Amino acid sequence: MPSRRLLYLAPLAVFAVIAVAAAFYLQSGRDPRLLPSALIDKPAPAFSAPGLEHDGRIVRQGVDSASFEGRITVLNFFASWCTPCLVEHPQITALSKTPGVTLVGINYKDKPAEAANWLARHGNPYARIGVDPAGEIAPEFGLYGVPETFLIDRAGRIRFKQVGPITKQVLEQTILPAIETLKK
Amino acid sequence: MSAEIGHFALIVAAVLALGQSVFPMAGAVRRHGALMALGGTLATGQFVFVAIAFGALTWAFVTSDFSVANVVQNSHSAKPLLYKITGVWGNHEGSMVLWCLILSLFGACVGWFGGNVAPGLRARVIAVQGMIGLAFLAFVLLTSNPFDRVNPMPPDGRGLNPILQDPGLAFHPPLLYLGYVGFSVTFAFAVAALLEGGVDAAWGRWVRPWALAAWSFLTLGIALGSWWAYYELGWGGFWFWDPVENASFMPWLVGTALLHSAIVAEKRDALKSWSILLAILTFSLSLLGTFLVRSGVLTSVHTFATDPERGLFILAILAVTIGGALVFYAWRAPALKGGGLFRPVSREGALIVNNLLMTVAALTVLFGTLYPLIVDALGLGKISVGPPYFNATFVPLMAPLILAMGIAPFLPWKRADLAGALDRLKLIVAVTIGAAAVVVFLEDRYSFAAALGIGLAVWAIGASAFELASRVRLFRAPFGESLRRTAAMPRSAWGMTLAHAAAGVVVAGITASSVWQTEIVRVMEPGDRADVAGYTVAFAGVQEVRVGNYLARRGRFTVSEGGAAVATLSPEKRIYLPQRTPTTEAAIRTTWFADLYIVLGDPHGEGGHAVRLYHNPLVPWIWIGAVLMFLGGMISLTDRRHRVGAPRRSVRPAPPQPAEA
Repeated sequence: MPSRRLLYLAPLAVFAVIAVAAAFYLQSGRDPRLLPSALIDKPAPAFSAPGLEHDGRIVRQGVDSASFEGRITVLNFFASWCTPCLVEHPQITALSKTPGVTLVGINYKDKPAEAANWLARHGNPYARIGVDPAGEIAPEFGLYGVPETFLIDRAGRIRFKQVGPITKQVLEQTILPAIETLKK
Repeated sequence: MSAEIGHFALIVAAVLALGQSVFPMAGAVRRHGALMALGGTLATGQFVFVAIAFGALTWAFVTSDFSVANVVQNSHSAKPLLYKITGVWGNHEGSMVLWCLILSLFGACVGWFGGNVAPGLRARVIAVQGMIGLAFLAFVLLTSNPFDRVNPMPPDGRGLNPILQDPGLAFHPPLLYLGYVGFSVTFAFAVAALLEGGVDAAWGRWVRPWALAAWSFLTLGIALGSWWAYYELGWGGFWFWDPVENASFMPWLVGTALLHSAIVAEKRDALKSWSILLAILTFSLSLLGTFLVRSGVLTSVHTFATDPERGLFILAILAVTIGGALVFYAWRAPALKGGGLFRPVSREGALIVNNLLMTVAALTVLFGTLYPLIVDALGLGKISVGPPYFNATFVPLMAPLILAMGIAPFLPWKRADLAGALDRLKLIVAVTIGAAAVVVFLEDRYSFAAALGIGLAVWAIGASAFELASRVRLFRAPFGESLRRTAAMPRSAWGMTLAHAAAGVVVAGITASSVWQTEIVRVMEPGDRADVAGYTVAFAGVQEVRVGNYLARRGRFTVSEGGAAVATLSPEKRIYLPQRTPTTEAAIRTTWFADLYIVLGDPHGEGGHAVRLYHNPLVPWIWIGAVLMFLGGMISLTDRRHRVGAPRRSVRPAPPQPAEA
């Protein structure tokens, strides 16, 4: 029975695909980071996220996309369970101190208590924090995972998107110059 | 001198492994008895020489021989003796030598204890073990030689990563490797059977004890790792879906499936090609675990070696081992004849449910672990999918699994009556529903998750206890007869009942500690009090201490319950010399039903400290359950049926169309 034989070939085929992809990944020095994002230069999706509350206390007020107009906004998706978020936290903190920029956070699929504790432990640089406990806002922004950061101009359009942590290099060579351009 | 002896012994072991891969295989093909018998001798030889190499490396660590680069990088003369020894495998090179040591031990064990296995199959198994051994010894010798010298010799070493200076983590790798590498034997059995071109019911019987041993050690290894993460990382949690944790969990899931499908292969002569595939997959995932941790592909709290060149070498080993096995599988497995017929509702059917759920669970974990890698491979950056993904995909698979686990022992082979089995279990069904209902009324938050989890735990424990009671006819026969039946119960039955009940204990621990955890974070000054779950915790202050090779800030907390002092807890923040690496030592008071867990944070203002207090109900049950699972495996392993020779099947008439897919 040829169809039965094909079934027995399936594990090998799956493995071969994975192995070729892995070898390709290890060998290729290319930088497909330049993949265009569908959202670049489009208006930021409209949303409204309630603020982060814990122990009956409001840690930060929520985020509304209407507030993006008229100012330069850095929108950062983060979570307390996300290790790479911890890696970029110093850079995010530095961004919050950059003049002329409003840093807002979206707390992605997190428990309020854990998010509040995480911020208490590592510092809270965000001017506003909206919560997205069910991951409803994330798809609007085409989120792959956390962290992800969007730079939004005064007209409310997305001008730059960073997937993964903002390293020192990304901050200094890409994001800060982009902010300078937007300020003009 | 010991370094040269060790290096030379490794080379000899590699040469013996080469002989072990060739001679028994040739003997099996030509039916040459003496050549086949040579396999066992060579396997013993390989083990002896790897043991000499391991001993030489240990000696270099114990005597602080700083002319050896590996000792310089990972040891220090002021380190306690225990950690000088465990430092041997607390680094990449040494841990790979340990890997080879355990691999060669299992190879030798097949020679020593495999007397009941047909000589041709045994010779092929030993040869396959030799090939794996050769690949890894070559890896050590060519990319990770632990015996490299340094010149000039530095006055002292750089010290072991302090996070590894801990009894839990010291013994975590050996146990984990016993599990990972133990599955090399079932892999070798699978490949040997494919080479031989035939699998009979005896194959299932021969494979089971090896799968059982590897599974038991892996269970204990994972539990020890999780316990370590719990008390050492100071985050109050026991499992973080960290890539390295997942790497050890995936072979466990597929290995559990293998353990159960091998039973069907033995008892019913069915699911044979599926069992072979599972045996290949289990070891493949073990190798993948090694690859993920060693290559530095994944960044993780656990990673202590990163080197792309080694990654490529391991990838090559993986491609040849897994790819080769799967080529043989595609070529030979279709010819394997299936045996016993059965209806969907039967013990076979229940075991297939177990297999499917375990395998799908492993796939979801694999996807969640590799997804960030795929995103990274596309150049989109390093991201994390984290616990929300795993909670949403993994947990729903476990619920039907536990339900099936409770009822499966009541289903007979071939054809079963589900309604009848549920009728026999009606008492347990009632107790389970009752327990879940009580939880719903107790809790106003998370009530569904808690009710489901506690219900499943009660179901697993209750059904196992009921299974034991009905097996010995408790209350249905005179008590003396029940006692006699209890004594006569086969050890494998005890093992199964214990392990299944233990799964319930683990589920109870996970549910209660996730849903009912209390966490308080605040700045406390000396004299301050905090109330946690009925306890009053008073902060007495912090003192600086110097112990052995570290400095510590040690907090003092007095814990009282109803006005009476019950304990004094001393969490620490340590700075290990000479690297000046900080570590957190949580202080834990356990009652076996709950833990009070205190972590000392950073100083705040005048004399104040950030303090985190947790109350984790039933959290010790997670590790108690894992130990019970391990014991279940061990008890089952001592069953005499695993020791006596498997019955030789006479040639039977061709079976009817196989029932397996």
